[in-house]
Amino acid sequence: MKRLALALTLIAGPLWALDPSEMLEDPALEARARALDHDLRCVVCQSESVASSNANWAQDARRTVRELVAGGASDEAVMDFFVARYGEFVLMSPRASGSTWMLWAAGPAMLLLAMGLGYGYLRGRSRSVASQEGALTEAEQRRLQEILKE
Amino acid sequence: MPRLILRSMITEFGHFALILAFLVAIVQTVVPLIGAHKRWPAWMAVAEPAASAQFLLTAFSFAALMYAFVISDFSLRLVTLNSHSAKPMIYKISGTWGNHEGSMLLWVLIVTLFGAMAAWFGGNLPPTLRARVLAVQAAIGVAFFAFIIFTSNPFLRLVVPPFDGQDLNPLLQDPGLAFHPPFLYLGYVGLSMAFSFAVAALIEGRVDAAWGRWVRPWTLAAWVFLTIGIALGSWWAYYELGWGGFWFWDPVENASFMPWLLAAALLHSAIVVEKREALKSWTILLAILAFGFSLIGTFIVRSGLLTSVHAFANDPERGVFILMIMGFFMGGALILFALRASAMEAKGVFGVVSRESALVANNLLLAVSCFVVFVGTMWPLVAEMFFDRRLSVGPPFFNMAFSPFMLVLGLILPIGSAMPWKRARVLRAMRPLRYVFILALAVGGLAYAMQSGRSLLGPIGLFLAAWIVMGTLVDFAQRTGRGSGRLARVMRLPRADWGKMVAHSGLGITMMGVCGLMAWQQEDIRVAQFGEPYEVGGYTITLNGVVNKEGPNFLSTMGYITLAQDGREIAQLRPEKRIYPVAQMPTTEAAIDYDLARDVYVVIGDRQATGGWAVRTYIKPLTNWIWIGSGLMALGGLLSLSDRRFRVAAGARKLPNAVPAE
Repeated sequence: MKRLALALTLIAGPLWALDPSEMLEDPALEARARALDHDLRCVVCQSESVASSNANWAQDARRTVRELVAGGASDEAVMDFFVARYGEFVLMSPRASGSTWMLWAAGPAMLLLAMGLGYGYLRGRSRSVASQEGALTEAEQRRLQEILKE
Repeated sequence: MPRLILRSMITEFGHFALILAFLVAIVQTVVPLIGAHKRWPAWMAVAEPAASAQFLLTAFSFAALMYAFVISDFSLRLVTLNSHSAKPMIYKISGTWGNHEGSMLLWVLIVTLFGAMAAWFGGNLPPTLRARVLAVQAAIGVAFFAFIIFTSNPFLRLVVPPFDGQDLNPLLQDPGLAFHPPFLYLGYVGLSMAFSFAVAALIEGRVDAAWGRWVRPWTLAAWVFLTIGIALGSWWAYYELGWGGFWFWDPVENASFMPWLLAAALLHSAIVVEKREALKSWTILLAILAFGFSLIGTFIVRSGLLTSVHAFANDPERGVFILMIMGFFMGGALILFALRASAMEAKGVFGVVSRESALVANNLLLAVSCFVVFVGTMWPLVAEMFFDRRLSVGPPFFNMAFSPFMLVLGLILPIGSAMPWKRARVLRAMRPLRYVFILALAVGGLAYAMQSGRSLLGPIGLFLAAWIVMGTLVDFAQRTGRGSGRLARVMRLPRADWGKMVAHSGLGITMMGVCGLMAWQQEDIRVAQFGEPYEVGGYTITLNGVVNKEGPNFLSTMGYITLAQDGREIAQLRPEKRIYPVAQMPTTEAAIDYDLARDVYVVIGDRQATGGWAVRTYIKPLTNWIWIGSGLMALGGLLSLSDRRFRVAAGARKLPNAVPAE
């Protein structure tokens, strides 16, 4: 494993995204490796995945992915291998662990909040159908509701 | 050498004009605001000529900079860093905005252009509102003029000019990208007009149907430009970056996508203000936020904050300056909003099920999806600052978290747009659409049955496209009523209806392209030997040879490839690898056989030690529909922009000249 990590840091080889010579013979394993490439970020160019990057580092990463996959490592194990060496940054998207749940929850939470507000607004608008124009403002309506509830 | 002196003088005049424009903008900010407050017509009237002057001065300044690029004046630091004498003329010109300083000058040029247009075509606005709109617009100008002059001056000279320049990044030497920034900026900055209208209305303390009608064309125009700009950018990424991705969810792309989403929301909510005098304060807030996201976008792109926290530290002055501009305008506008929004009393009343509420749903989905993109974009920063985690947020997150909103939006679109104002019944609105819905389901089901994999993405895309396009067409046809002479009535329908139909269809078509490409793409990577054909997804590919060629400012390795199907030749493809010696940078030029059903996308790689060349082939189904759909969305926006009610509003300007109105 140490040698692998060392190989990753060496800068060598031609400048090209996934080269035929890197590919695994077994199509099923190669397909898995390619899927993994897409979930790993190239730490050199940062905006691209290992699959599409031309950087030397990405090429070494692709070789490593294939060595690990061919050696029988699970997808999780491959990811762990990279995270252990390069930190979470190397993942295209963070795992839903620790504080990251907030990232995943932000959208749905906001949607619920927005739906609540939107529905309240629509109710307010349609209520004033009954009370007719200019009778009560929204705020007064809401106040009235509160009073009525008590 | 009088000619050389003249050339040099033009640059100095340009620099001078920039400073003058800055001063004019200050005057245009202060005087009309006071005038509008005190009701002094002469002070308010300053705004109009000032807006014209500001625009002309900035235009001259920009032209002077462009001239320096055209004649390759390497005594200018900016030209040296970003140009080269051997570069084709079009890229010398586009080099003017292909860098930080020049692009900021373009930005402010567009701010002044919109300001001037508001002055020229705003004759029908109430004088106080017009004065305030122009003053706010000028205030934005002041901030960015100051930013350019004090932190990013494009007119700085070099003491010792070099013999030649350092060239523009070769990736940017491309027609698609040459015009991508101007369109994007027209969009970004176009939203400044909506912002100015919103702030002016808050100062006035009044928003009515007329305000909705005035703010809508500007928003529409900005949205159309953003659509074109984003589409050009993604098209460029598709054919230039060498593996046919069209969207990467990187911070810079998100920076343009967030204002697009909010502008789309804004132009829908402005309809409610215009037609129904409701949703006023929300629309004002949207207008403020939409421009806020334009500023955030500028900040993200210009400070380099999000690509790396360290890039920001390299140039903190610029980043902090834009942050201050953002803080001032957003903070100021939001405080004003908090103080005045309660004065925006809604008039229109409507049922919980109505066109209005469908538009509210549209706004919710667009705004929340924008929020998702925002959180995803900013999360690496938050995680590093508060949780001490260095991480990145990429496509897997956005695809998962963002797409559902678009799915729901697509589902409700045809129903919502078929609903009448005020009060509607879902079932009644659905009735004419039920066959369309069944047909769309059938299309999706057919796609599911015919595909080899189990993925739902492709069938969903086709279902949505069929549902939206056919639903929109049915809704459009319904507007003509029944009976004879229907075709003639279709032609007489307002342009806004045409625009709605075309733009909504465009959205459906783009969704189809995106889903089709993502679900059904095929990839093949192999070593190709000369003259040995091989099969990829039903196509036969033969590498016939590889030649080295020399371009104007690059060296090229070109593959000669024959594409055939069923023994019949379809196309000769010429993928290239280029090296730009001046910039020391390689690029790939994919060869693409374009077709409405699929693209065949071929890239040539390296010569292999074992003989032969690496060749990558992609079959990309339905890809071109992504941009056809985007084009339709932009066209729909333009059609809507040409609607009679806006033209009448613009034409009304002539009236006060003929008959004094007041």
